[in-house]
Amino acid sequence: MTEPRGQQVEESVSNAAAPGAEALPPDDPVAAGAPSRSQWRDIWHQFRNHRGAMLALVIFLGIILFVGIGPWLWTIDATYVDYRARNQGFTLAHPLGTDQLGRDILARMMTGGRVSIAVGLVAMAIALTLGSAIGVLSGYFRRLDAPLMRLTELFLALPLLPLLLLMVTLFREPLSQRLGAGGGVFLLIVTAIGVTSWMQTARIVRGDVLGLKEREFILAAKSIGTPAPRMILRHVLPNVISPIMVAATLGIATAIITESSLSFLGLGFPPDFPTWGRLLYDAVDQMQMYPWRVILPGAFISLTVLSVNYIGDGLRDAMDPRIRGR
Amino acid sequence: MLTFALRRLLLAIPTLLFISLVIFLLLEASPGDPLGDVPLTVPPEVKARMREALGLGQAWYIRYVLWLKQFFWVEPLYWFDQAFGTDFSQGMQRVISFQSRQPVFDIIAERLPQTLTVVGMSYLAGILIAIPIGILSAYRQYSWFDQLGTFVSMVGFSLPTFFTGVVFIIVFGIRLQWFPSIYDTTHRVTDWDSFVFQVRQMAMPVAVLALYNAAQISRFMRASMLDNLRQDYVRTARAKGLSERVVVLKHVLRNSLIPVVTVIALGLPVVFGGALITEQVFKVNGIGQLLILAIHANDIPMVLTLTFIFAILIVGFTLIADLAYGILDPRIRYD
Repeated sequence: MTEPRGQQVEESVSNAAAPGAEALPPDDPVAAGAPSRSQWRDIWHQFRNHRGAMLALVIFLGIILFVGIGPWLWTIDATYVDYRARNQGFTLAHPLGTDQLGRDILARMMTGGRVSIAVGLVAMAIALTLGSAIGVLSGYFRRLDAPLMRLTELFLALPLLPLLLLMVTLFREPLSQRLGAGGGVFLLIVTAIGVTSWMQTARIVRGDVLGLKEREFILAAKSIGTPAPRMILRHVLPNVISPIMVAATLGIATAIITESSLSFLGLGFPPDFPTWGRLLYDAVDQMQMYPWRVILPGAFISLTVLSVNYIGDGLRDAMDPRIRGR
Repeated sequence: MLTFALRRLLLAIPTLLFISLVIFLLLEASPGDPLGDVPLTVPPEVKARMREALGLGQAWYIRYVLWLKQFFWVEPLYWFDQAFGTDFSQGMQRVISFQSRQPVFDIIAERLPQTLTVVGMSYLAGILIAIPIGILSAYRQYSWFDQLGTFVSMVGFSLPTFFTGVVFIIVFGIRLQWFPSIYDTTHRVTDWDSFVFQVRQMAMPVAVLALYNAAQISRFMRASMLDNLRQDYVRTARAKGLSERVVVLKHVLRNSLIPVVTVIALGLPVVFGGALITEQVFKVNGIGQLLILAIHANDIPMVLTLTFIFAILIVGFTLIADLAYGILDPRIRYD
């Protein structure tokens, strides 16, 4: 509580254009050379002070680069079977070794990561869209509030992991026949995770919208006759963006963990379609001989989830106006 | 309070009915066939009769109501008979597993002790670790202990349990040979040596789950302690000369435990769900493993019953958490 203000004071002193200008703010701050203090700039400023979150952001971007650009630089195909070079250790030709079929583990790690992270992002996007839509609707329209909240409670009472297992096992075959092995399972897993993880977002957003509705600017916007859709898009949604973003980061983390748990139980993607969870599951049988094959994908999952969680933590701190500027 | 409890209990009934219907319809919509494993040489009319025998001949709503009757009426009657030696349930059909043709509840009763010991011990251990850490972290906020605690708990709930489990097996089971890596469920505790063996084989699964639970609960404990440490009554307690020990461990701790107790109650069904994975890692044949096997075998009654039991746990513990909050905190009034 003591060091907080230092930085702001410093900033305002260095920003003062002329000694006389301190008494009165300039008529046009942008022309006067003061930096525009947008909300996002403030948040970024605060976020940068969170050392753990910054480090996590760097690590997360590193992982994204690794799985995004990696396969172009490291051109061995992840499914290429080189049976003579199987079960190799760390060599120059295969920096992370090869598996029991002689497939290059570095390449499998990259492709697997692509799928895992893509599942995390898409499932999060589905959960977030559903959650914010339901949250905003039930917070904004009083008539929808009770039924939508009952629905949320019902979903919260569902045993999620067993249901996910059930959904994936039951519909895996028909969907992969219709949409191809990879695509069908991807769609299924992403939808299943998205549909079962929107409830927390909906609750948080609803609470925030309920609070917002009592504010004067909403009243003002209403009094000039703003129709409800524009009201929601222009005035309500931008003001609840911060809890949504925090929920988004946490959503990525849980989606990645859920997908890898499903793969770990042998109920996720097919074997020729590597994801981090699947790689770990495949390696468990040989963990006595080759412990690295288990540890590497596990470490990638954990590192990704840990960094995403830290980013979420930093975002929450940065977006909380009560502690911003400390 | 009583009216609140009754109202919540009544509300839980439609919720549970709805959930059971959802699970039932999901299973119904599935393309899987419980007779899929039957050889192709079996003629179709025999297959049709087998289907009949499994009770699959009727429309779905009849089977649903039948299952409800078996679950809520026949099974309790059967337990009553078992307990008091009466024979009300004579001639009534219990819920039967497709796989083994045994009553589902008998199989669950066989599996439940394993899950309960592992999950229960780990949750208890997690709580016992988490509460002191939470107290100390909050009391010395921003100290190195707090920083370390924050980091460890962040790592604790970021690491998926299947990864920590496997790493534990590699390090302690294979490299150091301290603990057996596979849980032997046929083991019976008869003397001191077998007790030691039981402790050793439980150590790893319990440690994995306890780490995960402790990470979450210690965060809540810390936040709740921090909230209370800033309250006026703490200053009053200090001002009237109470020792720091009494202030923190009696006044603040008691108040901070109220929300934590509800978090603990709410977390218990989630832990049961999470035990699914831990059981798979350590090959514990508890109800989690039973569920996965049943899903693979298209054993509809088993899957339906087990999933529904998970739902009952969730609804029940939510209710308990709400009621506990009201009992522990006299400021909460429900009516």
